[in-house]
Amino acid sequence: MKFDWFVLPFTTGLLTLIFFLSWKYYKWIKQLDASQRKNFWKIIFSYKIFKLVKEIFLEVLVHRRIYKINPLLGYMHSSFALGWFLLIVFGAIETYLFATKPINHLYEPIFFKYFNLQQPSTHTHILFAFIMDLLLLYILSGISLAIIKRFYSALFGLKKTTKLFWTDKVALYSLWLIFPLRLLAESSTTAIYQNGSFLTNNTGILLQEYFSIAKISYTLWWAYSIDLMIFFIFLPFSRYMHIPTEMILIALRHCGFKTEKSFDNFSKIEIYSCSSCGICIDTCQMQTVTERNNMIPAYLFQKERHGKVLKIALYDCLICGRCENTCPVQINILNIKLARRKERIDKRAQQFHYLNNITLNNTNNSSVAYYAGCISHLTPSITRSIISIFEKFSTSYTFIDENGTICCGRPLILAGKYKDAQKLIAKNTEIIEKANVSTLITSCPICYKVFKTEYKLKIPVLHHSEWLYLQIIQNNWNLQKQNLNAVYHDPCELGRGSHIYNEPRNLLKLFLNLKDKQNYEKENSLCCGGSLGNFYLKENDRVKIAEHTYKSIMTKNDDCLITSCPLCKKTFQKISDKPVYDIAEVVLKSLKLN
Amino acid sequence: MNNNNTLSFLKKSDRTIDYDKNDRALFYYLMRVEPTVALCIACGACTATCPAGNFSSLDLHKIMLSIRRGEKVYIAKEITQCFLCGKCQLICPKNVNTRGVILQIISFLQSSQL
Repeated sequence: MKFDWFVLPFTTGLLTLIFFLSWKYYKWIKQLDASQRKNFWKIIFSYKIFKLVKEIFLEVLVHRRIYKINPLLGYMHSSFALGWFLLIVFGAIETYLFATKPINHLYEPIFFKYFNLQQPSTHTHILFAFIMDLLLLYILSGISLAIIKRFYSALFGLKKTTKLFWTDKVALYSLWLIFPLRLLAESSTTAIYQNGSFLTNNTGILLQEYFSIAKISYTLWWAYSIDLMIFFIFLPFSRYMHIPTEMILIALRHCGFKTEKSFDNFSKIEIYSCSSCGICIDTCQMQTVTERNNMIPAYLFQKERHGKVLKIALYDCLICGRCENTCPVQINILNIKLARRKERIDKRAQQFHYLNNITLNNTNNSSVAYYAGCISHLTPSITRSIISIFEKFSTSYTFIDENGTICCGRPLILAGKYKDAQKLIAKNTEIIEKANVSTLITSCPICYKVFKTEYKLKIPVLHHSEWLYLQIIQNNWNLQKQNLNAVYHDPCELGRGSHIYNEPRNLLKLFLNLKDKQNYEKENSLCCGGSLGNFYLKENDRVKIAEHTYKSIMTKNDDCLITSCPLCKKTFQKISDKPVYDIAEVVLKSLKLN
Repeated sequence: MNNNNTLSFLKKSDRTIDYDKNDRALFYYLMRVEPTVALCIACGACTATCPAGNFSSLDLHKIMLSIRRGEKVYIAKEITQCFLCGKCQLICPKNVNTRGVILQIISFLQSSQL
């Protein structure tokens, strides 16, 4: 039996880690919905297993999504994950093939060069020694990148890198040390026995020049083993917990789990899958413009893991969804935040006793119902344009909230008062059903989002940009060309919230010169800062965000900014030196010109 | 003394608001967590635009005044009618973060069990 006392720290560390993780995952998964959990066995025994394994390989090891966002960062992450994984796999095969005794101990592949001292003689053995050195070099290149990134993150195209919790730091430094120590330990042995390959042999020769190898060799193997133990012990309490958890997350996602309205154990698994890679830091406008850190998912989840989330971290967020859009782990960040808000807010109900007094007075047999929304009433030019278009093409309509009505419920959901929102939703559903129409049109993306997701309406709901586009295509309305260079701004709730990107664009392209803003459109569009999701942002900061967005998307040659959200319009109007239109207004103008 | 008792109905009831006796904890709390509350000039624009105010007694302008007076019971009763739509915030000429104020009132009342 090949044994030396220095294998003990590594072995105890690894066994503790395995024991701890199995206990933790068992505890989490046990509480998940049992019927959904059974899907896992269906996946295991079908072709879907290949899809699952492929995704785990691409995301956990290769980090494909990080590659897409930032190739250098992707290389760094995959050199650690894929490099280490291959090192373990090839190490195990090497031990199996070339170790003198058939028993493959838990620790033998890790300390292979210490226990197997004969020089590689066969071609396969030389090849394996070469591969092992190459993989070590691959990981070391990643580590040097990681060290550079920590001090000069700008070289990676990252403005900021994540600030770390102390356990993260211990784990980080021990991780950085593992592979240099392995190189030194192996080199010190290969310097004497020549049982390595190009990297370890040559480093060994170099070491021999300066140190007396025989003396330091044993110490280096001890250091390597102890460092591995430190990393394994700290892993569950640091961000490196994402390495094993992400695999569980992907498997559970394949079973159909998702964080929706409440914070459950799956959300916990999602939080532990966050690698604090820091991609969300640069996409967050609250960070880049107003320099706040609390609400950034990388930090929020760090706090969640260490159990002290401040209220401001939950409520000082625009809920614009830019972080969720870029997250390489695809965590349901917004749902987690809203579920947490729901837990924090006063559970006592709002008293909407007046709901019974509200009725729909103007019920005429019309084809469409128009729900302007609270904020559209502050931008009467939008509602007037829509009504004019209805009248111009003699579409019979019911203006549901002509004289004001109750809110759609989305603002209450954003505040976390989900149960109270249900009361408004029930009342509005009753009113809309009473109107007896075939389509519901709304001007407000905030209302649109909640109509689509929370209301169980039997009729289709359209945003006015969708409806206008449909009508124009179906009825061949003639639109007069306008010689305007226009920029279209995607509202968060309509774009990332409801995935309506193309209808407004196609509509505008019919009669305007629509400018492309590749970096800031569709999924990557910026928030105007007027968001109802944020409860802490002061007016001057809102203006700063609006200015930042405006400067990013508008150039000198652009004539006007077009959006499809009354709130975005109001926010931009305050700071814009060029006209800001709603999509309905420009369409009406083109129809009138005709 | 007897006289006084029989003619007490002639005496007007006491309408003085004693600020010194009122508990202004809510106001100080808001000043700490949402200082924009101090910007309010009680112009009433919020009340004019409030969609909930169309149907109920909700009156943000009165609530703003009551915050300073410390009339917590009135506030606790009225604030539950709000649905946080944010129209008041958009219309406010002094840029009071009204939704923030309302949220903080709710959390204050939650902690003081009012």
